[in-house]
Parts: sequence; C-alpha cells; structure tokens
Amino acid sequence: MFEILSDTFVENGLIVSFAIVGITIYLSYILSDKLTNGKIHGSAIAIIMGLILAYFGGLFTGGEQGLADIGIFAGIGLMGGGMLRDFAIVATAFGASLDEIKKAGLPGIISLFAGVIVSFVIGVLIAFAFGYTDPVSLSTIGAGAATYIVGPVTGSALGASSEVIALSVAAGLIKSILTMIGTPFVAKYIGLDNPRSAIVYGGLMGTTSGVAGGLAATDPKLVPYGAMTATFYTGLGCLMAPSILFLVTRTIFG
Amino acid sequence: MVIYGVALLAVCLLAGTLLGELLGVAIGIDANVGGVGIAMLILVLLVDYLKKNNKLNVKSQEGMAFWGAMYIPIVIAMAAQQNVVAALDGGPLALLAGVAAVVVSWAMVPVLSNIGKGTSTFSDEELGGTDDVRNIK
Repeated sequence: MFEILSDTFVENGLIVSFAIVGITIYLSYILSDKLTNGKIHGSAIAIIMGLILAYFGGLFTGGEQGLADIGIFAGIGLMGGGMLRDFAIVATAFGASLDEIKKAGLPGIISLFAGVIVSFVIGVLIAFAFGYTDPVSLSTIGAGAATYIVGPVTGSALGASSEVIALSVAAGLIKSILTMIGTPFVAKYIGLDNPRSAIVYGGLMGTTSGVAGGLAATDPKLVPYGAMTATFYTGLGCLMAPSILFLVTRTIFG
Repeated sequence: MVIYGVALLAVCLLAGTLLGELLGVAIGIDANVGGVGIAMLILVLLVDYLKKNNKLNVKSQEGMAFWGAMYIPIVIAMAAQQNVVAALDGGPLALLAGVAAVVVSWAMVPVLSNIGKGTSTFSDEELGGTDDVRNIK
C-alpha cells in the first residue's frame, strides 16, 4: 500500500507540487488572518513556510535542493525551478506600464551599478575583518555578497579555493533568503510602493529569487518592475567582479 | 485562444534568453545577461503594439493572466527548494556579509528612487491575475 502511494507521488511529481503549494498557501492565509489579522501578507508566510520545508528537506537528504531532494516531492524542483520561474516572471510583465519603465531607465541603470559595487565592497570588508587578506579570496567573497551565482563564477575565474567559493555561495544564499523574508517588513520604510522604487530595488538587491519572493510578499503589482532590473544584475556582477572590481581590490590589498 | 497568449509568453522568453546568452558571449562572460529582463521588455512592447491594433483578444490575454497569477505559487515552490542548510552552514562570515549587503542595499532604495522627474504610479490596467492572487480565499 505504502509503495503504491509513493509510486503515485513520484510518477506525478509536478501535480504533487501543485497540491502541496496550494495547501501551503491555504494554511498560510489562515495563519495570516488568525494570528496577524492580515498584517503579514499570506504570501510572505507561505514563502517562509517554503524556506522552512527547504531547510528540513536539506537536513534529511543532505542535498542542495531543499524539499525537492526528497523523492516524492521532486516535482517541487520542476515547479520552482528556473524554467517555470522565469516564465511566470515574464508573464507578470503583461500589464506593466511601458511609460513607467521608460521613466525609470536612468535610476534603474544607476541602481544596478550601485547595487553590484556596494554589495561587493561590503563583502570584501567583512572578509577582511575575518582575516582574509589575499585579493582573490576577498574578491570571491565580495562577489558572493552580490549573488550566489556571481560568487562561484568569480571564484572559478580567479582560482579561489573551494572553501572560499563555498563561503561566497553561502553569503549569496543568506542575501537571497533575507531579501525574500525581510522585504515585506521594510517596504514601507524604504518607500517601496511604486514602479520606480521597485525598479531601483530590483537593481540594488539583484538576487532574482530574493527579489521575486520579496516583491511577491509585498505587493504583486511591483513584481514586473523589480524583476526586470534584477535579471540584469547577475550578468553585470559576473562581468565586473572578476575584472575591474578584482583589479581595484588587488591594488588596495595586493 | 488561450494558447496564443501562452505561446506569446514562450516566444518572448526564448527570444530574451537567446539575446541574453548572445550578450554574455559578446562581452566574454559565462552568464546570461538579463535574458528575462529583455524578454519582459519584448513582451511589454509586443502587448502594447497588439492592443493598439486590437489583435489581442480576451482569450489570449487570459492565457497570459493565468501564468501571471501562477507567479506566487511558483515563487513559493522556489522557496521550498532553496539550499537553506548551506546558507546556515556558512558560519558568521557568510551570515554577516549577506545580512550587511541586504541592509545597506535596502537603505539605498529611497536615495536612488528620487533620481528622475515626476511621480511614479501604476498603470490603469490591472496586472493579469493580481486580483486572483490577492483574493485567494
């Protein structure tokens, strides 16, 4: 009996994930109503629940894909994977205002450069405070503070040690998770309630998954604007961190 | 037809991803540069054009609105497959670097949002599916 059940789940992975996510959202909205009187958005609670599930999934399996590493929940990997995520992000642009995007072009571009540089500098300074002094390690950890993709790309390009690359990935993951969880709570203090500030926010934070989750939990109407700039960030980071930012770091610490 | 809207999304995403890859090759890095962002721009421009010419019927729009409404559930599935364990295993350096980068970036949002003229407001058109997302109950 148990085998039949688990086979059914494994064979219908994507369908299982629809059901799990649906139930998770349903419970999250009940919690949002009953415990917080709707003060904390149901989506925000659902994202936190998702992260908790991912933690336990990782704990039980030792894998890298959270809940998706558990056989019967493998469909989560398809539903929440890059392909469908990007597809849904693009779909949110249906209804975004062309004029707003045009108006925010300049602040958007400035925020991208500022976002990459500021995160990189912070990462470098903290790595230095922890006793790293060689420019390769410093730059790799700085790049990790940008996103968890820029970190390893930079580390491999510069020939950093695997331990340092792992650190850079962890820093990027922390950034992504905190952005997901924290954004709805700070939104009103940073004026994140209109398309322009969302475009700037996407450029500054830059972690596609963090921005995607953070804005979803804040106000779904902001999603297309923030996601649009965020998707340029990793590319820009991969361009700048191993080259110009590394050279500057080497000049200062080398 | 619903599929027309879905196919339009798919074509935009593929075109954007392809351009993003080419852009990456052009500047010599092993990464997709803004593929999704480019796809979104293409979609916005296409929808704008099609609507002006009355080429986008309600059914086609529903195809896009559905995927727009599926965005939040997909993001939750995305959260459920993050490598949370690795993030927490990174120790104090990774934790501090990640947290500091986020906090300082947040603090800069209001500063940079004031660049440019005029106020920023949402368009009159509702986003596909925001209502459905919000009134889940």
